[in-house]
Amino acid sequence: MTRVLVVTSGKGGVGKTTSTAALGAALAQAGENVVVVDFDVGLRNLDLVMGAERRVVYDMINVIQGDAKLAQALIRDKRIDTLSLLPASQTRDKDSLTEEGVTKIIDQLREKFDWVICDSPAGIEKGAMMAMRHADVAVVVTNPEVSSVRDSDRIIGMLDSKTLKAERDERIDKHLLLTRYDPARAARGEMLKTEDVLEILSIPLLGIVPESVDVLNASNLGSPVTLSNPTSPAAKAYFDAARRLRGEQFDLIVPLERKSLMGRLFGRRVA
Amino acid sequence: MTETRPFIRLRGRSIMALVLTPEAPLPEWLAALDAQIERAPNFFDGRPVIADVGTLPREERDVAGLMLEIAARGIHIIGIEGAHPSWPGLEPWGRSLPGAGKAGKPIEIPESAAMPSRVAEPEPPPPPPLHSGPALAGQQSGPAHPEAPSLLVNHSVRSGQLIVFENGDITILGSVASGAEVVAGGSIHVYGALRGRAIAGLSGGAGARIYCSKLHAELVAIDGVYQTAEDMPPERIGSPSSAWLDGDQMRITPID
Repeated sequence: MTRVLVVTSGKGGVGKTTSTAALGAALAQAGENVVVVDFDVGLRNLDLVMGAERRVVYDMINVIQGDAKLAQALIRDKRIDTLSLLPASQTRDKDSLTEEGVTKIIDQLREKFDWVICDSPAGIEKGAMMAMRHADVAVVVTNPEVSSVRDSDRIIGMLDSKTLKAERDERIDKHLLLTRYDPARAARGEMLKTEDVLEILSIPLLGIVPESVDVLNASNLGSPVTLSNPTSPAAKAYFDAARRLRGEQFDLIVPLERKSLMGRLFGRRVA
Repeated sequence: MTETRPFIRLRGRSIMALVLTPEAPLPEWLAALDAQIERAPNFFDGRPVIADVGTLPREERDVAGLMLEIAARGIHIIGIEGAHPSWPGLEPWGRSLPGAGKAGKPIEIPESAAMPSRVAEPEPPPPPPLHSGPALAGQQSGPAHPEAPSLLVNHSVRSGQLIVFENGDITILGSVASGAEVVAGGSIHVYGALRGRAIAGLSGGAGARIYCSKLHAELVAIDGVYQTAEDMPPERIGSPSSAWLDGDQMRITPID
């Protein structure tokens, strides 16, 4: 049974697109058939993070408006053949998204893939609403700081009221993905504690992804961090998160600061 | 010479109205309506009702007559929606309301006059007259005491959500998030952390109170008197507290 997953947050810049790519690649590497869908019409980034920006011909708006078939718009990843991308339009805006059009696309994608991962734009407007509308599962990406937590809370409220599942009185599974976690700052009490975030948001924790320069490098290389640097702490956190999404249950390890010799000599380096 | 212009006060207000949707064939629908009224005689008392005639076929002859029939049953119609412009005689009901908007959830009319707590309550029956002098055994006029209406919310209130219940108390089994608002005619009871706003005593209740297991409220207000987080006593923050009015002063004291 296909699972439609939305990666959302409310707040911008917390790691939705990064996480969509990393989780998508991790699931595909585990053998699942995955498509990642960019809902950020007009400000698309998923194609960049996936390294497909030079191969975009048709996008989701073209498919909605009938200019292209879905198969023409889908871009297969060169590195893993069970991973595909449906890019967003860069020239239009979210007003071009229609409920009917998105429904048709999601229904078609359900037939071909095991996982349909919808990368939501920031905010609570039409783009974000469309991205979450058809979701069976939600990953709420949150940074351990107050504005991100409040925005995530808002988004969780919307997941419980504005999705098709909510309207049918069914529960949508929501998972918290804590990103940009800095163990040194957490130790000094400069970031919200994980327990505090969990107390406020009250949804199960999917994983903690440490703040990492590997993520930035991966974006610049045009590759999900789970592909470009699979042994990095960030990638390991994403692999674990993907395993949990597939139903595995195991203990979560909170990232600790690890200092290399050079790190100790030349100052602090983030894990 | 300066002219003073008349001062016009304009406010926004929202109320909860029921939407009644007559369906063809009308005689049968009216009979069903009568049956409902018989089972729950006070259901429509005092409630504002909007008649949605949009499902009636365009050729329906006498929509004006239908509206009179509905009103004759004591149903207080405040507006009409979905009316076709060609239907005559609908002027007394005002212009058709703009766009149906979101269809609300269907409401089940209960068997008796006892109300589900989510829907606005009709006025409770008046308390029995007080007897001075020896109590007369066996003489009861009306119920022993009026049912106090109250709203129960058995989940946390998320940021951006607004819970309003003008006719009584609100009880929340969960937390109220930062950026959420709870507005009650009576008191507010939060069995969890109160991180948002709580506005109590809207129905002129200076005796209304606000209770919570953990005080982190952004603002509390009772009967128009408010206090923001900045002015709350620091020793109460994070602890079980109750807010109440002492004259014109907001007091926040421990619950233990």
